[in-house]
Amino acid sequence: MGLTGIMAEEISAPAPHAAFDVPLLRFDAVVKKFGVVRAVDGVSLDIWAGEFFALLGPSGCGKTTLLRMLAGFETPDEGRILLEGNDIARVLPHQRPVNMMFQNYALFPHLSVRDNIAFGLKRAGMPRPEIDARVAEMVALVKLEGLEERRPDQLSGGQKQRVALARSLARRPRVLLLDEPLAALDKKLRESTQAELLALQRRLGMTFIIVTHDQEEAMTVADRIGVMDQGRLEQVARPRELYEAPNSRWIAEFVGDVNMFEGQLVPGEAGRLAVATRDAGTIMVAEPRQPVTKAIVSVAIRPEKIKLSRRGPASDAINAHAINRLEGVVTDVSYLGGLTTYKVKLDTGAVLRSSMANTARLDLDAYTMSQRVIAWFTPDDCVVLEQ
Amino acid sequence: MSAPSIFTRPARIAAIAPYLWMVLLFLVPFLFVLKISLSQTAIAQPPYLPVFDLTLGFAAIKAAFASLSLDNFRLLLSDSLYLSSYLRSLVVAGVSTAILLLIGYPIAYGMARLPQRWQSMAMMLVIVPFWTSFLIRIYAWINILQHDGLLNKTLLGLHLISAPLVWLSTDSAMVLGIVYSYLPFMILPLYATLARMEPALLEAASDLGASPLAAFWLVTFPLSLPGVGAGCLLCFIPIVGEFVIPDLLAGSNSMMIGQTLWLEFFTNRDWPVASAAAVVLLALLLAPLALYDRLQRRQLESAR
Repeated sequence: MGLTGIMAEEISAPAPHAAFDVPLLRFDAVVKKFGVVRAVDGVSLDIWAGEFFALLGPSGCGKTTLLRMLAGFETPDEGRILLEGNDIARVLPHQRPVNMMFQNYALFPHLSVRDNIAFGLKRAGMPRPEIDARVAEMVALVKLEGLEERRPDQLSGGQKQRVALARSLARRPRVLLLDEPLAALDKKLRESTQAELLALQRRLGMTFIIVTHDQEEAMTVADRIGVMDQGRLEQVARPRELYEAPNSRWIAEFVGDVNMFEGQLVPGEAGRLAVATRDAGTIMVAEPRQPVTKAIVSVAIRPEKIKLSRRGPASDAINAHAINRLEGVVTDVSYLGGLTTYKVKLDTGAVLRSSMANTARLDLDAYTMSQRVIAWFTPDDCVVLEQ
Repeated sequence: MSAPSIFTRPARIAAIAPYLWMVLLFLVPFLFVLKISLSQTAIAQPPYLPVFDLTLGFAAIKAAFASLSLDNFRLLLSDSLYLSSYLRSLVVAGVSTAILLLIGYPIAYGMARLPQRWQSMAMMLVIVPFWTSFLIRIYAWINILQHDGLLNKTLLGLHLISAPLVWLSTDSAMVLGIVYSYLPFMILPLYATLARMEPALLEAASDLGASPLAAFWLVTFPLSLPGVGAGCLLCFIPIVGEFVIPDLLAGSNSMMIGQTLWLEFFTNRDWPVASAAAVVLLALLLAPLALYDRLQRRQLESAR
């Protein structure tokens, strides 16, 4: 291989982490059983230094168990957990360079804010002046100045959340684990705290792993999201990829809303596949990167990709894209402020969901119940799923 | 028209009931005792003077009031029998309570750590002995501790001792009996606080670098202090006035205040002195009672 070849290879290397890098954390075929239930069922996952990683899934999917194994509260039955290459699966919790922010904060009720934050520093045998300095730094970081002497029961929910965060950050852990850290906050506070958490993680350059069942939260804060179901890691992807290119029906349905049509592959044109569905006729879909191997597939279309119109797309340019067109009657209109969702009963009897942004304040032309409409979407808007 | 009340008439009566109970069954009898403690002994029926008789008119009642005195309380202070009885009661109660705490805490801690389905079983094991008559259980101890009792026979059989030892009628036997009888009163409040503690707190402590032992002393123990206080007072207060156990298990050379009281009342038929002793005992116990009340109140507030 010539010099130019090496150059080209280096430039084209797509991954942010070259292959010879060691991940900060590696789960290697980890299994955890509770009785006969496999709470975590063969999870392998790499997490890189400085990453904000979210574990997302319905309750009971094993995400919290995975996090607790990382903290040392559970021991894996099989597999290894490597932190910078060293197996920590059997290291006791109090000997791990990992800290956790607990779901209900687990603040020590008999200790002041200051003593809660200093708890881990004292255990580490840090000298008194350094503890004071670090506590002051943490208090400033989470903006709790003036509340140092308060007890947890004298704090609001948001303040408790900050104390818990400061306490878990004080030891400067290699990895910070966050177990549903914002679940107890109301929506407004949750959103502003998400932004603060993200800014904090960027500033500290620390690795954060958050467990959440709230997909918006995961999308907002995380660099990558691992979606779990029944103990298995179903997909690991960046937020956009997870939403726009789910790898299974289950993921497509779990993350966001989706219209799903099952059908049979039929010969299509170049660069496109045609799927003959019972509910929505033949749908033209863009050919996926991975060749499709099965004959029966599902087509997933997000509601906001489906546009409604009275006449159908008029422009020839759009027509040239071989638009998918379905006709039906509006059966449900839900005005949600920023957008409106519609249910359209197709002539085949199936129901299609569409959501459209309310871009104009005065929309005298809005669709109403019982109105006959054309729903359309392009082949690029569709995802073909084999499982 | 009166202000609208959220209480219906039956609810208002129900709200008064506890106070009525306290007044009729505690305050009124206590006032009798207080009055008797200010009277003089008499060979009469009842065995004290003066006796208030409303039928004799105002002057007689006035004279009766005038004859009340604090003589009995002076007697209590001047005779070392009473002072040493009070002292002994406080010491016995203190020692017993300390032993109860040392035994009760590990048991309560163990119970709180059991799997949920075993906890109610353990609780039953603590409570069930209560369902047997208290006296029968104390007599059982006499059987075990006496000269040719189970304990001496066992020790002789194991060749640990060559001649029977004296167990019964000693202070050790009395403390043993007290500890045995009061153990549930120590365990249950301790168990209640320990079982209520969030397990996540211990996880947080260990996550922050505390060894299991450090986590116990820095988190579990301080958080169980309300239970420790409640358990100790719940044992200490009644043990001070304990009568049956010292009477049956301890030697006869020194007495606790309950025994002295009994002696004055039944053997000497000196109701006024016995009443005075009872009033002083109550006064002595007011401090720990007030403390207990405050602890309970604080716990209620923190639970809110």
